[in-house]
Amino acid sequence: MNKTAQNISRRNFIRLSGMSGAALTIGFYLPALGKDATRIMRGDIADSMGIALNAFISIDTSGKVTIFNHRSEMGQGAYQVVPQMIAEELEVNLDDINIIFAPGNAKKYGSQITGGSSTVRGAYKHLLRTGASAREMLVQAAAGKWSAAKEDCYAENGQVLHRPSGKKFGYGELVEDASKLEPPKNVVLKLRKDYKIIGKPLPRQDTPLKVNGKAVFGLDKKLPGMLYAVVERSPRFTGKVKSFDDSAAKAVKGVKHVIKVQRGVFANLQEGVAVVADNLWAAMQGRKALKVEWDDTGFEHLNTAELYKRMNEDLEKPFLSQRTGGNFDGAFAKAAKKLEAVYETPYESHSCMEPLSCVAHYHDNKLDVWGPIQAPDWIQDDLCDRFKLKPEDVTINMTFLGGGFGRKAFTDYPHEAAEISKAINAPVQVVWTREDDTTQGPFRPGAVYGCKAGLSDGGRIQAFQTKMAAQNMGHQNPGADRSSYNDSTTEGFLESYFESIPNYSFGDVPTKSPIPVMWWRSVYSSTNGFAFESFMDELAIAAGKDPLDFRRSHLYNERYQNLITILEEKTGWKSRSKNSGWGVAITECFRSIVGEAVKVSKGADGKVKIDKVVAVMDCGWYVNPDIVKAQVEGSIIMALGAAVTHATHFEDGKAVEKNFDTYKMPRITDTPDIEVHIVENDEKAGGVGEPGLPPFAPALCNAIFDLTGKRIRKLPFKLEEV
Amino acid sequence: MASYTLQVNGKSYTIEADPQMPLLWAIRDLVGLTGTKYGCGIAQCGACTVHFNGMPVRSCSMPVSAAVNQKITTIEGLSDDNSHPVQQAWIAEQVPQCGYCQSGQIMAAAALLKKNNNPSEKEIDQAMQGHICRCGTYGRIRKAIKTAAVNMQKA
Ligand code: FES
Ligand code: FES
Repeated sequence: MNKTAQNISRRNFIRLSGMSGAALTIGFYLPALGKDATRIMRGDIADSMGIALNAFISIDTSGKVTIFNHRSEMGQGAYQVVPQMIAEELEVNLDDINIIFAPGNAKKYGSQITGGSSTVRGAYKHLLRTGASAREMLVQAAAGKWSAAKEDCYAENGQVLHRPSGKKFGYGELVEDASKLEPPKNVVLKLRKDYKIIGKPLPRQDTPLKVNGKAVFGLDKKLPGMLYAVVERSPRFTGKVKSFDDSAAKAVKGVKHVIKVQRGVFANLQEGVAVVADNLWAAMQGRKALKVEWDDTGFEHLNTAELYKRMNEDLEKPFLSQRTGGNFDGAFAKAAKKLEAVYETPYESHSCMEPLSCVAHYHDNKLDVWGPIQAPDWIQDDLCDRFKLKPEDVTINMTFLGGGFGRKAFTDYPHEAAEISKAINAPVQVVWTREDDTTQGPFRPGAVYGCKAGLSDGGRIQAFQTKMAAQNMGHQNPGADRSSYNDSTTEGFLESYFESIPNYSFGDVPTKSPIPVMWWRSVYSSTNGFAFESFMDELAIAAGKDPLDFRRSHLYNERYQNLITILEEKTGWKSRSKNSGWGVAITECFRSIVGEAVKVSKGADGKVKIDKVVAVMDCGWYVNPDIVKAQVEGSIIMALGAAVTHATHFEDGKAVEKNFDTYKMPRITDTPDIEVHIVENDEKAGGVGEPGLPPFAPALCNAIFDLTGKRIRKLPFKLEEV
Repeated sequence: MASYTLQVNGKSYTIEADPQMPLLWAIRDLVGLTGTKYGCGIAQCGACTVHFNGMPVRSCSMPVSAAVNQKITTIEGLSDDNSHPVQQAWIAEQVPQCGYCQSGQIMAAAALLKKNNNPSEKEIDQAMQGHICRCGTYGRIRKAIKTAAVNMQKA
């Protein structure tokens, strides 16, 4: 790493944290893949060795603890769970911790992408060790001051106490000495039974800011002299600007510039025309007056019906297999009972409540960016590449995110903002209207699944196959091998099934389509889960078995069996009456297993309604049960939307749904009672923000089948039309 | 362009704006109070809700010219210190996730409770159904409104 960057890291940290004087700064460092193990290091040592730490904590002479949070906060609670982990091992109160968002810097913080439900899953052991190491150094420093045995000293409540004499030092009094000590080689982490902070439903620290309008989201960021831009983008995604007439736009008072702009979307540079004004409303009016002619040559004017016809045809083609075991074809041919079904899931827009926006200021060959950003390090990399800038000259500042769901991990919107700022030589905020946000994608890819299975006489699965036809997200990247298989075709499937199903095959046929697609909350599990768990229900019924018993008999692993037992207890499953409208589904996603049971009934008007959802979440080790529950509740509502209220359609190569009048969100009136139970075990931490989503839609459809005998294989559907 | 005087949270602000500029942008970009949010611009989501002479309105769909000298309250004006019973209940029930929709939700809930301090579940749903929360906090919103109602009755 070069000299400047080295010098910046800790200095920047100290500046941002507003600390003064001596401080104990310590963090962890994850060496490049596979080299040596994670190291806990003092900040000054790391600096002198040219090493950039992945996360910092710092304690100043007043005893104030500051954490540089390396994850963005988009609602999932990173703002709370990271301090909770540090406070536990450091033995301080949560209130004594101050948190700062780390600006994007892959070199400094390692991967900062908040995705794959990874905030806790990815770094929890390192964060715990960082807190514990700092605590041990403070205890050591106190022992030194008292010339006492370290064993006689212990940390509690931001102080180190000497057991025999009752003497004590506040952490602030110890940082100077502690900052000269080496972090211990091995630290013993606390046992779960001794936790005082982890595992407790402590209130989120960002809540007060979110009930009085003070939380600063991307759209709230303002810079002195900042201009506002809106962009007319090609409705057919890859269309080029042939010509534009800006005379009427420029006549709008406040409009300053009208310029052509581009943004990188996978292998394409997508074009648009930006209208820049001194206030947002003027920019919007200018855009209305703008006339743009697009050149769509080479872009296929697809509509949804054609797209799904193509996917269904693809299912008949030879497929690329990701995972096989035994001999599916042979076993299927011989099976006593055979089942086949095709499931369809729609394209979806992320539709974060906060539409995309980004502030960029390009000046003196430097680029400063502020925005609701899920992947600061990717964005930094991307911008360095595109503008030929050095990493230390590109600063990515994260605001609160008004939702992310995968969309704000993409690099296009900061790229576009930076292009505009550079062209007009001023700080600019690019605001995506709701219509821009809903129609421009990238979308969750719709998928069609062909499922086949063979059962034995005794009702056991002998052969299981799913074939997916869908756009492959990876195939959009520049230089991608488009003959490669999709390695996500088993996402969502319970790992334990692979032990009991002797013959299986999972694969895909990549469907060709020019529509830009990308991750959407829970990624492929969000659609795979619907096919797997609807089909599992069909198999249970064909085998004449209870849906939960059927699953249990195919899950040899205790962890899965335990989850089923809890689901049975919490729903009163065994005492339910026949066809009373209960359905269940269990999926696995980002190493968490979630079972959901849905209860439906017919209202007085004869229409199906959802009475209740019971969710059992096994995410292994977790930090804050209330945040886990909130994430499952939210995942269920988002899944409900994708099952029964919204979908993105295409007509003539353009997205049809533009705003919430047609892309209809679930509302409070659609919300059933939701009960979330968390499994207590000693498994590794799994994801929390996404795994609650995939099982909902199949559980709902299985419940509808239970009540009405009607099998739903295509999403979305209208509840009132069942 | 014209000059308008707005009464927001008990203060007067004189701004220069296009008469058709929605009140939302006047509040956010000209008055400088960014707690009121943009979600859809077409009266579908409720993120922009403010009180207009005590009534909840969608500021995205009201021209600034119609707001002159009317009493406007935004989320920032609900209390100085998060002490409004709805804010308190929102904290107690840990409602917000991303938080983006919550200014609008809170303003709607506060308006509901002002005219009905003991709403039924149905009345809560009716009052809140114009408000979208993509994070899916609806269950907690229901609970928090009930909590706030109980506390307001005690007070
Ligand atoms: S922004 Fe006004 S209702 Fe959505
Ligand atoms: S809390 Fe995120 S949209 Fe409501």
